[in-house]
Amino acid sequence: MTIAYLEAIRLALGESLDEDPRVFLYGQDIAGAFGGAFKVTKGIAERHQDRVLNSPISEDAMAGIAIGAALEGMRPVIEFQFADFATIAFNQFVNHAATIHWRTGRSCPFVARLPVGGTPGGGPFHSQMPESWLSHHPGLVVVAPATVADAYFMLKDAIACLDPVMFCEHKYLYYHLKADFDKTRAEHLPLGAAAIRRGGGDCTIISYSGMVHEALRAAEILSRDHDLDCEVIDLRCLRPLDTETILNSVARTGRVVVATESWPFGGVAAEVLALVSSEGFSHLDAPPRRLCALDTPIPFHPDLFAAHHPDAERIADVVLETMAF
Amino acid sequence: MKPQPQKLPSIASPKASDPASINDLRVRHLRWMILARALDDRMCKLKAQNLVPGSVFTGRGQEAFSAAGGMLLRPGDVFAPLIRDQAGRLAFGETIIDVVRTCMGKRTSSMRGRDGNIHRGNIDLGLLPMISHLGAMVSVVVGMLMARRFQGKLVGNDLCVGMASIGDGGMNAGALHEAVNAAAVEKLPMVLLVANNQVAYSTFNDRTYACKDLVDRAAGYGFNGQSCDGTDAAACLAAIGDAVARARRGEGPQMVVATLLRLAGHGLHDPADYITPELKSRFGDCIQLDSNTLKIQGVLSEQDIERLWEDARTLISAAVEQAQTEPDPDPGQETWNAYAEPDLKKVRT
Ligand SMILES: Cc1ncc(C[n+]2csc(CCOP(=O)(O)OP(=O)(O)O)c2C)c(N)n1
Repeated sequence: MTIAYLEAIRLALGESLDEDPRVFLYGQDIAGAFGGAFKVTKGIAERHQDRVLNSPISEDAMAGIAIGAALEGMRPVIEFQFADFATIAFNQFVNHAATIHWRTGRSCPFVARLPVGGTPGGGPFHSQMPESWLSHHPGLVVVAPATVADAYFMLKDAIACLDPVMFCEHKYLYYHLKADFDKTRAEHLPLGAAAIRRGGGDCTIISYSGMVHEALRAAEILSRDHDLDCEVIDLRCLRPLDTETILNSVARTGRVVVATESWPFGGVAAEVLALVSSEGFSHLDAPPRRLCALDTPIPFHPDLFAAHHPDAERIADVVLETMAF
Repeated sequence: MKPQPQKLPSIASPKASDPASINDLRVRHLRWMILARALDDRMCKLKAQNLVPGSVFTGRGQEAFSAAGGMLLRPGDVFAPLIRDQAGRLAFGETIIDVVRTCMGKRTSSMRGRDGNIHRGNIDLGLLPMISHLGAMVSVVVGMLMARRFQGKLVGNDLCVGMASIGDGGMNAGALHEAVNAAAVEKLPMVLLVANNQVAYSTFNDRTYACKDLVDRAAGYGFNGQSCDGTDAAACLAAIGDAVARARRGEGPQMVVATLLRLAGHGLHDPADYITPELKSRFGDCIQLDSNTLKIQGVLSEQDIERLWEDARTLISAAVEQAQTEPDPDPGQETWNAYAEPDLKKVRT
């Protein structure tokens, strides 16, 4: 059956509500027939009226409520209307949720669903990627599914996880990404494992979330036009990071380009480059490179927006520079 | 090491018609107030002896209000105290030894030296370990009560209660506003104790809020609000007692605002010379006032009160002696792991 990325999320949420009485959903406009700003909870909210609740516009309280309910044995899933508004919950995430296990030995299992990433016209406050600042804090798990199967499996695994999980779901993929999905046959990797989406020996392209699809397209271009065989890694989980898969791949290819939709400074791409440079230095045949969004707020106009973040052509160019080193 | 469960003192609710029972409640109240004051004093001494890393904050002057909150709760309730709540914590069931251990940062403390001083707690008991950020604990109490409602535990007319503390300063934190509003929307049995001690660190009320009285906010949130003189022990018991009873009966969230004065610096490091003698002269010390009242009413003698102090100091000294023999945390033995599930690459079955 062909389903969209968003439908995979809805399926995982619906099944979790059906299967586990500890699960409840809390967020703005998610209840009833309305079913959320992006319609993720449409249908399931009506089936589980008692456990799909609208929240006030109070992101700090949403996160605090998730923490409290998790401590009392529930498995809260809170929906942020846009990941950009998770800044309001930053304190509860990084100072509270992230520190509870370390401080007390108790686990704090909840999922914060964060619709991330840019779409044309989204502008500075409806397009951001929060994974870098969330990943900085020990105690939070940060994941960013890029495929339909991952949207489903990673959400179910996030709900099962004992730690607070920041679930970065890409808004552009919601309806644009569709795939044949049969949960009994689809590949189900552990939550913390990176995936090799395409094997290749010439250069490793590392990415996550929506940018994985640009990385794959770049690999196609490089294969078609330049006879290059690139390996594409989808990190899937950014914290903790699957360092083994990254280093093993770089050991095979000797070259690495990291492509993300996020800003460059202090980001996940910088972390991957630091890892490769310090622990994989002897494997490198060329300086490791990153390609990130431009270092300004995210622009509104579709033409400016298109220029702001990497695409397949620009990723391919950086790979060619790396190959020419 | 997991925090050890500890026995909570059982608190019978007083019958209004029974003077013996009321006197018993009043005496136990004074006992918690004295124990808290003596413990705060001892922590200050330990700090001076260099035995306490980090800051020491005391609840001096706020014991009547805090202790009343803690002792009117019962096992199964939730309490989110703040830095002035030594009295309420003890009355709710925190052990003296854990206070001393945590302040000393001992490995044996509930926070294992990973966190210290007022950030201690015991989630199993419903005593939340506060984070520093003012207002942040209140939504957690809301979430705990919502969980209990999902679990079918919030039924009947004798509900469990979630109590949270806040000060005149913390009342203006955005997080507090969000949490209080959410509690009202969900009509939860939450009691918010607002200790208006006139000053937030060094900033007086005229620079922190502009409504006439903080209790005026209760109506705006959809809370039932009441005020009390925080230096009057009986008034604190009555106001909080009424609020807790209303919450238990299912009348929804309650706010109790006490007027009092912080009788110390913000922390031990703060001489608080911004508090004028004129301001000081307007507020009494709740422990002195209550001791006098109970003497005048013939409930306690001078010797009885002296014994309460002696008993408190004896208990505290024993705890300090014990804690001093206990190990500090060992960096070499730490796991240095912040995750409940450190290995997310293993296949979930
Ligand atoms: C969000 C936040 N901002 C600043 C502080 C630093 N701080 C700790 S206590 C305090 C004063 C609090 O005043 P109040 O709420 O009136 O409580 P009191 O100390 O008087 O009991 C401040 C500013 C903090 N803990 N949290």
